[in-house]
Amino acid sequence: MNRDTLTALLQARKHGTACALVRDLKAGSQSIVFIDRKEGTLALTPSQKSLVLEVISEDRSGRLDAPNQDLFVQVFNPPMRLVVVGAVHIAQALAPMAVLAGYGVTVIDPRGAFATDQRFPGVTLLQEWPDDGLMALKPDRRTAVVTLTHDPKLDDAALSVALKSNCFYVGSLGSKKTHQARLGRLRRMGFSEAELGRIHGPVGLTIGALTPAEIALAILAQITQVRRQGPAALGAAA
Amino acid sequence: MSTPNPYPGEAREDILAEAARWLDAGKGVALATVVTTWGSSPRPVGSQLAVDDGGRMIGSVSGGCIEGAVVKEALDVIGDGKPRLLDFGVSNEQAWEVGLACGGKVQVYVERLG
Repeated sequence: MNRDTLTALLQARKHGTACALVRDLKAGSQSIVFIDRKEGTLALTPSQKSLVLEVISEDRSGRLDAPNQDLFVQVFNPPMRLVVVGAVHIAQALAPMAVLAGYGVTVIDPRGAFATDQRFPGVTLLQEWPDDGLMALKPDRRTAVVTLTHDPKLDDAALSVALKSNCFYVGSLGSKKTHQARLGRLRRMGFSEAELGRIHGPVGLTIGALTPAEIALAILAQITQVRRQGPAALGAAA
Repeated sequence: MSTPNPYPGEAREDILAEAARWLDAGKGVALATVVTTWGSSPRPVGSQLAVDDGGRMIGSVSGGCIEGAVVKEALDVIGDGKPRLLDFGVSNEQAWEVGLACGGKVQVYVERLG
């Protein structure tokens, strides 16, 4: 890989631009394919290019099928995102764990006493009302949203935005009783049972977690399960 | 309010960025990438390992089973600039002294950077 290609890949990552590096494993030539353009010396036919774009949208790196098996497509998508609502003690454990697992993490909390850089070194903090903050982040199918404030004013505001998005995971901290009360409030706001069924509550896998770090671990494990095995697997395991 | 960066932070261990720093420091660098896997394999397609001419490495292409052999090849690639496609696995006919304990097979592409 020449230096220009490496620089272009690093730039794309910095700007959160989806692209793929396509290498001809026999010839050694390569190109970067973006949604709207191609850079590099490897020529691609229109049909090869559309195959590459398909691989990017499916986020599935690999060699193409015959007769294009010499082409290896490596997808560079922006990182998955985790939005945590509530700059609370559990969030202090969850944020760095999620960063290690490869997520870009943003913590939203309008309360200045909680959302401080000292409590969240290196994490993007948004001191905003949760619905405004979450809406500005435009949650998509590569985004997980977790609410941890325990305060209905804040959690419900975030959930009402999360449930209208196609984020792949929604989790909300609270006991079974708290969760039932939450579902009742959201039902009165007009959310359907199918929409409410997307919320993982009580949040996290059932592993007897007690401390903030253990609860964060249970939450990240559940996010991982939904991401890798899909919501169906979660239902079957429950 | 200001528009927040939708993709904050250096979210993952950034192997390519580190490899670029090594290049800028004048080191010879090779990049190994998992391009195919069969059966049980510890690291998915697209996993990368960067190696410099002093044998320093970042990232992985297996659970530690084949890294030693890949580093050896990477040093040759840094030397002659010719990319190589390596096969590792239990039914491998090539005379590799290493293998994957898990019984899987992986194909690793090693290329020189810069």
